[in-house]
Amino acid sequence: MKRLLRDYRGAFGAGVLAIVFACALGAPLVTGGNPTAQGDIVATRFLAPLSTDVTGAFHPLGTDRFGRDVWTRLVYGARVSLGVGVLAVLISITVGVTVGALAGYWRGSVSLALLGLTDFALALPRVVILLLLAALWRPSTALVVIVLGLTGWMGVARLVHGEVRALAARPFVEGAVAIGARRLRVLARHILPNALTPVIVAAALGVGNAIMLEAGLSYLGLGVQPPTPSWGNMIASGRDVLVNAPWVATAPGVALVLVVVACTLLGDAVREALEPSAVSYQPSAPPV
Amino acid sequence: MRTRFAARALAGFGVVAGVVTLTFFLLRLAPGDPVEHLLGPTASAEQLATQRHALGLDRSVLVQYTAWVSRFVRGDWGVSIAKGRPVRTLLGDAWPATVRLVGLSLLLSYLLGIAIGAVQAQRRGSRTDTALSVITVTLFAVPGYWLGLMLVMVFTYWARALPAFGSSGLDADYLTGWTRVADGLRHLALPLATLTLIGVGGCARFVRGAMIDLAGQPFVTTAHAKGLSPVQVSTRHVLRNALTPVVTLLGLSLPALFSGAVFVEAVFAWPGLGRVLVEAVQARDYPVVMAATTVSAALVVVGNLLADALAAWLDPRLR
Repeated sequence: MKRLLRDYRGAFGAGVLAIVFACALGAPLVTGGNPTAQGDIVATRFLAPLSTDVTGAFHPLGTDRFGRDVWTRLVYGARVSLGVGVLAVLISITVGVTVGALAGYWRGSVSLALLGLTDFALALPRVVILLLLAALWRPSTALVVIVLGLTGWMGVARLVHGEVRALAARPFVEGAVAIGARRLRVLARHILPNALTPVIVAAALGVGNAIMLEAGLSYLGLGVQPPTPSWGNMIASGRDVLVNAPWVATAPGVALVLVVVACTLLGDAVREALEPSAVSYQPSAPPV
Repeated sequence: MRTRFAARALAGFGVVAGVVTLTFFLLRLAPGDPVEHLLGPTASAEQLATQRHALGLDRSVLVQYTAWVSRFVRGDWGVSIAKGRPVRTLLGDAWPATVRLVGLSLLLSYLLGIAIGAVQAQRRGSRTDTALSVITVTLFAVPGYWLGLMLVMVFTYWARALPAFGSSGLDADYLTGWTRVADGLRHLALPLATLTLIGVGGCARFVRGAMIDLAGQPFVTTAHAKGLSPVQVSTRHVLRNALTPVVTLLGLSLPALFSGAVFVEAVFAWPGLGRVLVEAVQARDYPVVMAATTVSAALVVVGNLLADALAAWLDPRLR
């Protein structure tokens, strides 16, 4: 932990994420407004950042086309975007660790079937499947979480599979088996805790990736639906007013980039702190 | 080697068949169908039923599936329900625009990414390295559609220098020779810049990591001990070995030729396959979605196979 925070990347990543999470959780404390409240639209819309409207309310990041405060929406949008990212990654990790552990420890037909399933899911064109699922059912926040979670577990499964296979051959596992521990217990108590390091790194990177994909789907109108603010649909709503109100699209984009950078740097730092000798590169599909 | 490759090709074929089947049944399971989109909310139940019957959508899903598969393999990809044009023409018209855009951006981002990563690894820990790291990690984190909007804001609305929408101007048909080429290039500039910039970050990070990991290997020490200059060592020994995984990465990027640019094409109204796919999904245009998904799944599989073959060619140990 200490080594992690001494690394400037770890400190920066953890710091940014801590601040953003704090803002999201304590949203009513950092902003007095309501993210969906609309007043006198004509008088309050498209106010520039750092301006005060007719009611005397101060808008640090300006207002959008409905006179809603961009800072307030950004903070409440963080709840949605971070929530979606974290929940989606939790789903992918649960599925990925389960599949990877079972495939790594039970050899034979179970292993073959699970690895086949992983390879198959890996070969699915993710963006196409996301589009299909999100467009075919009524778009909702829950759907986005499930879809992102169920299309992102394969990398984790492969990592865990490799780790578990290597660990299963180690003497301490043989020892546990020799004193009569049941297989599931050996897997859960002896092998898995030692196999989770790469999962932590994958989780950090996965959260950033999921937030970006959520924003992409919301941008196309297939993700979180307005008026609920998410960073993606905020960027989308700023698309048509780039000329007269550039801040509407700029603010959520900057927030998104900051959070994804923080996740990436934290992931890098965690990896180096936990296993300095690890291979620091992994091929992964290109970003969106 | 050859039998392993054949086995993998066979497995790949299975994957494509699986994706196609999955998509087909997902489409039918979902609420809404193309006829509702075609006839609109005012259509009577009778009109809907007549149109469904005419399109064969009232048959059982299994019958529709076998009918679609048998026609598809014979090269009959059907007619778009929403647009009334043959699916092959629709995809055929859109695909050159996507290949031009994504192909060029892949080429540029990998060339730039490899160069940047190599420079960083060579000067590891220096200020140049840190500065480039900040840039690449930021580019890696930027979503394409947002970067696209920002570029449009700066270059189209503020500087008024480059067009933001479409692949050619309204008057393109009246232009000839160089002016027409220039018009195409001007329209290509912003989407190409967007896709290239978001690709450079990942590639550079990858190459830097790979080269730094390899620099500690015994064969590099040997190369230094032989008296080779540092530049010779890093280009001929380190970089060359680092390129094998980069090829794998490139193979993973190939499907982007077909679908990956979906978001960026949406921003720039680029008339490519991504846009065709998004429109088809929204209109429940079954034949177009099916054909597009099949081609894109096939590309994923072919991309992985090609990457494996290339990696084996570059690195004899993988044969």
